[in-house]
Amino acid sequence: MSVLAAVRPDSWNFPLLVHVLGATVLVGGLVTCASALAFAKGDARLLRLGYWSLVAISLPGYIVMRVGAQWIYSKEHWEDVPDKFVPSWINIGFLVADIGGLLLLVTLIVGGIGVRKLRNGGGGGLLKATLVLSVVLLAAYVVAVWAMAGKPN
Amino acid sequence: MRFDDWILALHVLSAFSLVAGLVVFWALIVVGRRIDTPGDTLALSPVAKVGSATVGVGMVGTIVFGVWLALSVGNYDIWDGWIIAAIVLWFIGSGLGRQTGKEFLAAPMKAVELQSAGQTGPNEELLALNRTSRGVLFQALTSLVVLLILIDMIWKPGA
Repeated sequence: MSVLAAVRPDSWNFPLLVHVLGATVLVGGLVTCASALAFAKGDARLLRLGYWSLVAISLPGYIVMRVGAQWIYSKEHWEDVPDKFVPSWINIGFLVADIGGLLLLVTLIVGGIGVRKLRNGGGGGLLKATLVLSVVLLAAYVVAVWAMAGKPN
Repeated sequence: MRFDDWILALHVLSAFSLVAGLVVFWALIVVGRRIDTPGDTLALSPVAKVGSATVGVGMVGTIVFGVWLALSVGNYDIWDGWIIAAIVLWFIGSGLGRQTGKEFLAAPMKAVELQSAGQTGPNEELLALNRTSRGVLFQALTSLVVLLILIDMIWKPGA
């Protein structure tokens, strides 16, 4: 519980707020995307809501979260610590953030093509793929939040 | 991981659930501003239910696991100023959230009424209900209170 009970230096608090705020918005965008796409049943408005929540909410949230992560990492001087001493919760966080970032990019591209094809009555399959990818991302970020908060090892 | 670490993880995951729900409602508020037909209004209901569920899980989880931590973790006490502030803000947020729900529930109720009367076309009153400025105000205040709780949790003033 020493980590839990620790009071951080004040200079770490704002970068942490930026990181957490970005992460919550990212997750919120993914929940909006997944639920809108899951319940769309071909409704173009909900399909667009699903995709645009990724573009307008999750992507900015991801950028803010990732910038905040690097900022707090630097503030805590983890870059000066040998790799073998870096705790696994930090490695899990970076792994999920970076692979998740790539996956988010793929999801945005797949969804973007799907939404574009909606105009011609197509794109359903691509938007289903977007739904699956957003659920996978959501699950990965839940694991990351658990690791960041519970700090295993 | 010790038991309290699991409780902390659940507390933080609950906070994420709460903010995720607020984000869902913000997205629906933006989309709803252009909606003036009963069918399109009701099409948003399943997404709103997801938002309500995530907010509900978040509200219950943050207070239950938060109070547990306050009682269980040696360095903190339930009567610490920053913890009392968080609990007071939680109750304020809860009240504001309920008020937001009431404001935005008027549109789907009107949509059901219109549909059962056989009116499926655009309706000015429905558009006005979907654009409720009181609802937006309550949602903004709820979001502000949640942000204040997050700031309080990170800075822990007085700890």
